[in-house]
Amino acid sequence: MFGFSTETLIDFALTAFETIAILLAVVIAAALLIWVERRLLGVWQDRYGPNRVGPFGILQVAADMIKIFFKEDWIPPFADKAVFVIAPGIIMFTTLMAFAVVPFTETIGVVDLNIGVLFVLAMSSLGVYSVILAGWSSDNKYALLGGMRTAAQMISYEVFMGLSLLGVVLLAGSFDMRAIVESQAGMWNVIPQFPAFVIFFIAGIAEIHRAPFDLPEAEQELTAGYHTEYSGMKFGMFFVGEYLGIVLISCLTTVLFFGGWLGPILPGFVWFALKAGFFICFFVLLRAATVRPRYDQLMAFGWKILLPIALVNVAITGAVVVAMA
Amino acid sequence: MEIAFYLAAIVAVAATARVISCANAVHALLYLIVSLLSVAIVFYTLGAPFAAALEVIVYAGAIMVLFVFVIMMLNLNHETVARERSWLAAKVWIGPGVLGVVLLGVLAVALASGGSMGNVDSTPLMAERIGMTMFGPYVLIVELAAFVLLAALVVAAHLGRDDRDVAEEKRIAAARGRRHPGGEQ
Repeated sequence: MFGFSTETLIDFALTAFETIAILLAVVIAAALLIWVERRLLGVWQDRYGPNRVGPFGILQVAADMIKIFFKEDWIPPFADKAVFVIAPGIIMFTTLMAFAVVPFTETIGVVDLNIGVLFVLAMSSLGVYSVILAGWSSDNKYALLGGMRTAAQMISYEVFMGLSLLGVVLLAGSFDMRAIVESQAGMWNVIPQFPAFVIFFIAGIAEIHRAPFDLPEAEQELTAGYHTEYSGMKFGMFFVGEYLGIVLISCLTTVLFFGGWLGPILPGFVWFALKAGFFICFFVLLRAATVRPRYDQLMAFGWKILLPIALVNVAITGAVVVAMA
Repeated sequence: MEIAFYLAAIVAVAATARVISCANAVHALLYLIVSLLSVAIVFYTLGAPFAAALEVIVYAGAIMVLFVFVIMMLNLNHETVARERSWLAAKVWIGPGVLGVVLLGVLAVALASGGSMGNVDSTPLMAERIGMTMFGPYVLIVELAAFVLLAALVVAAHLGRDDRDVAEEKRIAAARGRRHPGGEQ
């Protein structure tokens, strides 16, 4: 039973190496976003942004990290300690797990799961707990309100996200992410599935509660929302979790709607990085350029506009697929 | 895969036991989520990845979030935990314990008599096959379930509608119309 051959061992070592490399690359990309976001916001708001530490201020990441590691990690005495400590870990864990099914190139990727799309949706639906539990365990009214807003917002927008992906799944005939990319060899999904792309992107912003849908942590109303009581590295984990979310949604948009690694001349990985990088910058631009809607407007927009469009899109795509078959 | 199955099964049983015995409602719900996740892994090891994914998305990711949502707003504190603990006294366990042992006995007998409770198919059950079964021979049941869910949705929307909001908005709009814009008030 335990007679491993050398080949299996080498295979195992290679997979482990690839997994760790992807993990590191993703986390480093998320950390670099701290600097990228602030610089880009500076460009769009006609100011410098951080430019003191290192060339172009790129060492700002290191400075921020050092600062956050040495901050006092305070747990409020009135908090539910166990839940309070677990909560920030959940968002990191679920987001990183979702990267496991993302195919970066023809060969790079942790696992080809035949339920890839569902796996991503499952992980994103588990990510809700991080924010809800953080809000509840803090035992603070602003945190609780933030947690409640998140629960409603994320559950609602998960519905539209799932529905918008059904069109893509129908066209590819598979839940496998790699098969979905390969099905786009002739034409990127963004053309036949344009409404689905818009809905997916909007739902993606709401899922990771970025501006303009950052109502769970709206400073003016809720101080800092669900992470009001968090400090030090636990706050840092929420922070990095959000950036990981941006990278994840950008990668998913690339894979599902923009042909993943497909592209002429340049190698696949470069194409993937360029496309994903474009969407990451778009996330930052959205934060710089848009205002926050009211909470009821956010929910009404989802249920009264996105849901009908998503349903019609699924129906039409289904009809076309059946007619073409 | 067999080891994964047994580990997940043990976690599921242990977590479910804690759901019942835990005095803090939110902690009990967290154990229930762990239990559902381990059931998803059991499904996966049995060759039903689609069911496993749906278990996580629907049960752990949506229904349990609503449970947590409601419990969160009940403002539970140390008093409720103490009260819950007093309800979980030893003699409360006798009735359910006896019933549980009876069920366990039935299960043990069934397993001992050759496990003739249907075999698990060795081929993985993929989404296509589930879809064809649901919208083939069982389409009527799917439609009936849709009816029930739609009825529930309509009822919830009706109960949740607040007529006062509409009246209030009209009143505010009327007041805005009267007041001079940019005035002292």
